[in-house]
Amino acid sequence: MDHFLSPKNMGVIEDADGVGEVGNPKCGDLMTIYIKIEDGKISDMKFKTLGCAAAIATSDMICEVAKGKSIDDALKITFQDIVDGLGSLPQVKVHCAGLAQEGLKAAVEDYRREN
Amino acid sequence: MSKKIYLDNAATTPVAREVLEEMLPYFADMYGNSSSIHSFGLEAREVIELSRERVASFLSSKSEEIIFTGSATEANNIFILGALKGDEKAHVITSAVEHDAVLETVKNSGADFTVLPVDREGRVSLEDLKNEIKVETALVSVMYANNEVGTVQLIKEIGEYLKKENKKRTRKILFHTDAVQAVGYLPANVEDLGVDGLTMSGHKIYGPKGVGLLYKRKDLKLAPILFGGGQEGGLRPGTYNTPLIVGMGKAVELLESETRKEKTEKLRDHLIEEVLKIKGASLNGPRTERLSNNANFSFSGVEGESLVMLLDRKGIATSTGSACSSKSLEPSHVLRAMGLPDLEAHSSLRVSLGRSTTEDDLEYFLVNLKEAIERLREISGR
Repeated sequence: MDHFLSPKNMGVIEDADGVGEVGNPKCGDLMTIYIKIEDGKISDMKFKTLGCAAAIATSDMICEVAKGKSIDDALKITFQDIVDGLGSLPQVKVHCAGLAQEGLKAAVEDYRREN
Repeated sequence: MSKKIYLDNAATTPVAREVLEEMLPYFADMYGNSSSIHSFGLEAREVIELSRERVASFLSSKSEEIIFTGSATEANNIFILGALKGDEKAHVITSAVEHDAVLETVKNSGADFTVLPVDREGRVSLEDLKNEIKVETALVSVMYANNEVGTVQLIKEIGEYLKKENKKRTRKILFHTDAVQAVGYLPANVEDLGVDGLTMSGHKIYGPKGVGLLYKRKDLKLAPILFGGGQEGGLRPGTYNTPLIVGMGKAVELLESETRKEKTEKLRDHLIEEVLKIKGASLNGPRTERLSNNANFSFSGVEGESLVMLLDRKGIATSTGSACSSKSLEPSHVLRAMGLPDLEAHSSLRVSLGRSTTEDDLEYFLVNLKEAIERLREISGR
């Protein structure tokens, strides 16, 4: 709930190294993930999400979990890692965690394309 | 969070005190089975018949045309499936904005069916209906007023047209309307409406949950879909639920003396006016031809469920679409049928006023709505 009410990582990184935009208008969620890379590690990560409470909370959580990790390790973050971080996630909202994973992946792909 | 404001009266309403009081004796004191011949049974039978008369008076129908059911969903099923049963060639016409209790019943009836589109305001056109009528058409079921956007359908016009059409036909077309949201706000004379069947619910009109009713024209024979002890003319077998039926009757009686419609309409108009001042806000459904207690908005850059949750934190109860749709991820089928893009449909907020809603409630709501929208736009960046 806190990750919905007061997400710590909500925002934009102006000089991001990678930006990933994912979403599915059908389920109503649009997510933008910004990553900053230093020495192969994710040094900063922020998000902007239009979506339900779960989509906002999972966006915030993946930032929490991924920050400080190497790119490869960050890509290995599982849906379970996000759920564990949040405590719980209702069954119908499981896809939100999937969207967060996709967002990170898209940001990394964007970074790799440019570097 | 001490303040609590309920703006979700289309989902359900509280049981009115007068209704509750009238129901209470029938749980533990006057508990007879109305089918019994002793005095206990007679006592129950009498109040059930009194409830039936109250409803009949409200609908300008005959008492024997009222069938008490366990819910409005059940009433819809009894009418629709009962009208189609055994008729293998039957064709049904319904609308894209019906409640699932009608839409799913029609889809699962085994009959051939046509779902009428609606315009941007959620209204069915009589022309479309005329064009879809076939030789096989046996039933038309169109709701009186929509549960999400409050759009009022032209029931009387449809009724008049079908009556004329039926004079020329060998296979008559039955006309049913789900009036769950409409009763209490719109005229409910079944003769004027020209319907053969009409569905009502208890808990939307300050009566109890677990009771609904079906008006069924007297000379119309429906095939039973439930079997048992033959209660309610064999159409709704099962022991009479005396307290709930009493509650339903009292709730309907209170509707007759309702004088708050204008007050609700004034409040709603004020609400719509104020909300539309918010940047990126739009009204879903018609401006005037809608239920006087309903408003439904979309806000750009805001997702509806998040908005409902933020408002809930402030003690304000609203809804995204219908209460039952909140479990599915699909945007409201009503808003989509009206042509709203998925994102806009996902950003909808339904505000439904009730008897106890005050101007102060709406002021508090407006302040918190603006705050919540600002916050969510900050998060969404849109």
